This record gives sequence, structure tokens and C-alpha cells, in this order.
Amino acid sequence: MGYPDYMYESIKLVEATRPKRVEMAKEGLQKFLKPLSAEEREKVLQENHPDYQPDACKPIRVGPNKGEYMTAEVVNILERPSPLPGDFAIEPVDYRTDVLVIGGGGAGCQAALWAAKNGAQVILCTKLRLGDANSMMSQGGMQASVNPGDSPLIHYLDAIGGGHFDNKPELVKVLTSEAPFIVKFLEELGVIWDRLPDGHYQTQSGGGASRRRMLSARDYTGAEIMRVLRDEVRNHPDKILVLEYLPAIELVKDEEGKVAGAVLFDMDTGQHFVVQAKAVVIATGGFGRIHIGGFPTTNHYGATMDGVVMAYRAGARLLHMDSVQFHPTGAIYPPQIHGFLITEKIRTMGGQPVNARGELFVYPLEPRDVEASKYIQECKKGLGVRTPDGQYGIWLDSPLIEILQGPGTIERAFPAMLRQCKRFGIDIRTLPMLVYPTLHYQNGGVEIDELCHTRVPNLLVAGEVSGGVHGRNRLMGNSVLDYNVFGRRAGIEAARIAKETEIKGRLNVAHVREYQEELKRKGVEPKGYAPILLPEYRNLEALKRHREEFDPFAPAGL
Amino acid sequence: MSGELIPIYIYSRRYFVPEGSTIISALEYIGFKLKKGVGCKEGFCGACASLYRLKDDYKLKGGLGCQTVVQPEMQIVQIPFVPAPKAIYNIEELEADPEIFVRFYPELYRCLSCNTCTKICPQELQVMDFVQAAIKGDFEQVANLSFDCIMCGLCSARCPAEITQFNLALLARRIYGKYLAKKSAHLEQRLKEVESGKFEEGYRELASLSPEELKNKYFQREINFQIT
Repeated sequence: MGYPDYMYESIKLVEATRPKRVEMAKEGLQKFLKPLSAEEREKVLQENHPDYQPDACKPIRVGPNKGEYMTAEVVNILERPSPLPGDFAIEPVDYRTDVLVIGGGGAGCQAALWAAKNGAQVILCTKLRLGDANSMMSQGGMQASVNPGDSPLIHYLDAIGGGHFDNKPELVKVLTSEAPFIVKFLEELGVIWDRLPDGHYQTQSGGGASRRRMLSARDYTGAEIMRVLRDEVRNHPDKILVLEYLPAIELVKDEEGKVAGAVLFDMDTGQHFVVQAKAVVIATGGFGRIHIGGFPTTNHYGATMDGVVMAYRAGARLLHMDSVQFHPTGAIYPPQIHGFLITEKIRTMGGQPVNARGELFVYPLEPRDVEASKYIQECKKGLGVRTPDGQYGIWLDSPLIEILQGPGTIERAFPAMLRQCKRFGIDIRTLPMLVYPTLHYQNGGVEIDELCHTRVPNLLVAGEVSGGVHGRNRLMGNSVLDYNVFGRRAGIEAARIAKETEIKGRLNVAHVREYQEELKRKGVEPKGYAPILLPEYRNLEALKRHREEFDPFAPAGL
Repeated sequence: MSGELIPIYIYSRRYFVPEGSTIISALEYIGFKLKKGVGCKEGFCGACASLYRLKDDYKLKGGLGCQTVVQPEMQIVQIPFVPAPKAIYNIEELEADPEIFVRFYPELYRCLSCNTCTKICPQELQVMDFVQAAIKGDFEQVANLSFDCIMCGLCSARCPAEITQFNLALLARRIYGKYLAKKSAHLEQRLKEVESGKFEEGYRELASLSPEELKNKYFQREINFQIT
């Protein structure tokens, strides 16, 4: 393992330009490489970003956003029929609770905790295990304006400019003004932040941020927060019932049209369970595993857009679903880690993107969409490094970090990255990493307001599944912040709603049937089911052998 | 992954999979639809803990399915999670006192110093050392040594003293983070500013700008990475 011999020709060129680039970094890279202007950003995005390519989007034929353009793969999934059997009987109800939280990642755990704190009985259901989520995987950090020379207002400006001014301003205000509180809340639960000897936070900059406000926990930031939140959820067994390996597949409503629970599905046995709840929070995360544009992804195995599908059928509006975040630095070699996240923190700590000739060709900390587009452009120009299977990548010169920040920095700040690359024969302290943009984040989602309401009564949404917070491009460190801020808000609001809600009449899935009718009327060919719950990686031969009738995972269909 | 196929054993059955596959990609190649024992696929979640034995080797080894490359004649089983006791506690009522280990995880003191936990750890953590640090009541040491723990549970599955290393370390880290880590006065200052409404006027101003004015303000904003 390790790099094939031919790549060392290019690595030598990287090493040759390194001393010069060290000098530039010491003087401040901004002096040599100006961040791009508005016009330059627009141009590089138009020419290179996958979202801007002619076939990337198409209009959706059904539902609340009918006629609007969305990412083609998103439309394909939204136009699939429901997996709920046609003769499905909602009664008897299996569980009754005040608040149902769907999703066991960061947003779901925050929502469950705060709903319980506010007096609600909570059921949290999740497709895999509690904490199996993108939240667990974030490496670089969480933004919060905790330093003296910074402020929530500057954070607001960075986030809204990074999002191309498409963000809902009131959501950005909530995000940025509550960030310091979230830092405090998490450390009171016992989250260990990286700190300087005097106790102040060790902070880094991030792409598109004009100040250092990235708090971190080595490069296990998401894991550190997630395992503490998970532990705290488990500390309240009297108030929060956790149902693992039980994804929701449809929402249910009462006779007034309020959301009043969900149908859960056991993927092993094919059993359905009905949960009746006075308020429902969807916190199911994003869509990386639908592999938009054929890109590999940094995302968790369960990131299949389930929540967007369920909410859309129930009548919620979607926002910015034409916008996909490609992280500039996904691993492209070795093949075992293809598509994996290489944290942006590598660049904030001094790592530089350089081409096959060893040239630094872009300011390393542009907003992610711009940075990713520059890498794609460089490879198109023929200045990328070829992998043995014919793909192209850019060097991310990680050894610079130790030259600039001292020996031992990588082991201290990037134990996860160091460990992962070493497992496949590459020591990132002495060798650069080979990277290419990878599918990373669902920028848009279900439109919410400041209290996480959707336009469907008693349906709240928080975290990556929501839309509006990040506009059309999220900045590094704002997703961890997002799921904490809005997960908490959704929990508090769900508990409040539950107190004043009375479920009227019989539970039903009429909205699902209506959606299916609309699909039929529009002549949409039924193909597969959605939510898809799990991605498909079995090879073609294996799939051909596969007999649907023996697989409870292939349900009968409505 | 190269085209060369090699034999491996999954739950004792022999299959041929591409050389260079990880355990997880080998399972998918064979035709398993993974519903358990799979998670982030990047080594951060601990969902794909696996036990394996190599040909002609008496040792039982452990690894993460997504991070372990298969070898010819390897025998593999997966462990989606390890049933383990977890203390239920109110963190507000605890103190940074080693007594909490006696109270919540008394089996800790049965540690035989056999180092089995350290040998099986897929993160290559010094597990036995942090268990010993916990016995000594050194919260900071436990926090440092256990920080990269992904809670896959392999250590506790193998421990002859039935210790739940990953849960007691989490308790120790939470105690350290809450009660012992130095705090930032800057945060307190900022929280006071937010609570006093110091930024409200600024937010109103930003919200009142025309799109053009907002863009200008953004592109002309000062970029300053000094901390002061």
C-alpha cells in the first residue's frame, strides 16, 4: 500500500516548491493570493461546480414545490412511491407519547433532551444505532464567536455571504447569536474543547470565515459532542425511550391534518410499528448516500434523505434543494478511503492545495463551493495527479503543518487523519494527501422558521434535513452549530406544542395516498420506493441473484 | 481495488472477494445488504467492530470493518454492538471524585493488568493505561488517553475482568470537561454581551440593508485572524 511509484515524480515537485510556500505562509498567504472577487467566484462556479451544470437540476412534477427545479437525483427520489403496504392498518397504535423525534444524530439528541427538560415524554427512533450519524463524523470544528476581536454579527456576515445571500436572515441570526450559549451548554455537559494553557479556546479559521472562531476537539470534534449527547440522552430513561434500528417511513396525521406520529419499519423482520405523538421532530440528516452526480461521499451510511421525503409528502415546502455541497478535500487515493473526508482544518492549520507541478493555485480557504470548483478546474486543465484507476486529484500538502506549527502538531491535532492514512500506508506528516471534491452536505432541505416550524402543523424539523440556515453553501463548522442550535429549539417548541395539542379523530395516512394519486395523475412511472433507508452497494451479479420475495426490506408498496 | 480475487470466510462460509477490499466492501461485494454492523464507513463511529483470525495464526484479532483490509483465508465475524452496563447519572450532582468509579463501575478494580484491551483496540489506544489511571483517580490522564475512543466495545468484549472501558472513560471525560478543564473568561464575557442585547441593534441594521449594500459590506469586510 501507499502511493504507487510513478506518483513520486510529482511528489518531488511538491517538495521542491515547499520551502518557497513556507515563506509565503509565514508572511501571510493573503499577500500573495487574494481571495476571489464576487465576479471571479461566479465565473469559476458557473464553469466547474456540479450544481451549475446543464443537467444537474430538473423540475419536480408533484407536491408543494411542483414546477421548481431541484437536483435531478433528489427529484427522482421524491417522485418514488411510498413503501407503505396498500392495506396498511394504522390501528392498533403501538406507542403513545408527547414528542416523537425521528433521527438519532446530534439534532435528534438535542431535541429529545430539550423536549424532556420541558416536561415532555419523548420517543426517539433511529434507523441504526443512537449516534450513528454524520454528526459523529465531523472533524474540524464548530463555529462560535468566542474571541474578543470577533462578534456574532461578523459571524452572521460570513455565513450569509458564504451562502450567497440566499440564507433566511432570521435563521442566521439565531444560529450566530446562540452559538456562544451552545459552547457553554456543551461544556457543562462535559464536552472537552481544545484549549490554550490559560483556558481560552484554541480557535482556527475556516473557509469563508473572516475570524478565527472554529472550536475543536482534536479532529474528533463531532464524535466528542455526539458521544456526550448520546450519553446524556441515555441518562434519562424515564423520559426518553430510544428505539434503535427502527426508521420511520411515513408520518401519520389526525383528522384535522396535524402531524400526529409516524410509522416505523423493522428492516430485518418487516414489521411495522405506529407511534402516536402530539408533536414530531424530523432530524434525519442529509442525502450524501444518494451519490448525486455519481460523486463519492463523506456521509454516513444512513444519509439517504428519508426526512425530506416524509415531510414533503406530508405537505412541507422544500428550500434550496437545487444546491449540493461538495467538500473540496475528499480523499481520492488510496481506493479504500475514496471519498472520505479530509477535514478543512488541514488547510486552516497551514496545509496547502497544490497541483501536479507543485504549484499553489488557489487561496486555500475560499468558501467550500468556490474552493471545490477551483480543484475541479485545475484537474480539467490537466494539472491534476492521475490515480491508477484513471481519476485525477490535487495534492493537499500536509507536511507543511509541522514545518509551520512545529513537530508533533499532526499527531496532536489530527489523530484521526494520521491514523486513517497510516492504516493504508501513507504518513501524512511526510507525504501529501491526494484529494478531490466529494459529496458532503445537503445545503437545502425542509423550510423552517426560527422555531423549526414547517408549514405542516405539529411537524418540526432541525439539522441537516432543514433548509434556509446555510443558503446555497454552508461554511465549515456551521453544521455542528446548526444541529445544536436548532435541535434544541425544536425540542423546546415540540414540548410546548405537545402541551396544547389534542389529537382529533382517527390517525391516518391520507396524505400519502393523495401524493401517490398525484404521481399517477402526472403519469410518473413508479420506480422503487422512498424513503430508500439504505444505499445499495451490492454488485450487479449479487443483485441479480437477489429474490425480492424473500427480503422483508423490499416491501409490498401502497 | 485490483481485479484479483482472494478467498475469505464470512460467518464460516468461504467467498472470493477482490484483493484490497475492506471487510465492509467485501461483504457488499458478496451480496450482503448491510443493515447492522455498518455505520459511518470512515472509522469514526465504531459500528462495524469485527473479530477475525488470520491463517496459521492462533491470535484472535479485532478491527473496524471499514478500515481493515481483508487477507487470504481470513475468518471474519461482525459485532454490531457490545451489550454493556452504562451508569445512569445526573452530571450536575457529581464531583471530580474517584469515588464515582466505585459507585458506578466498581468492576474497574478487578483489572488484572493483562493488557488484552490494549491489544484489541482498533484505535491503538493505551486502554489498560487509562483503566489504571481511572483506578488512581487521574481524570485528566483518562481523558487524554481515551480521547480518540470510538466506543466500538471490542475492549470490553475481550476483558477477562468484565470492565466496560469505553463507558467508564466517557464518564471520566465528561467529569474532566465539566469540572476540571480550565474555563474561558472570554466566553463568559461574550455570553453577557449577548444576554444584554448588545448585538440586537447590529442585527437590525444588517437586516435592513439592501441586497446590494449587504454584498458590499460582505466583500469589504476585514479579514483578521489575530485573536486579540
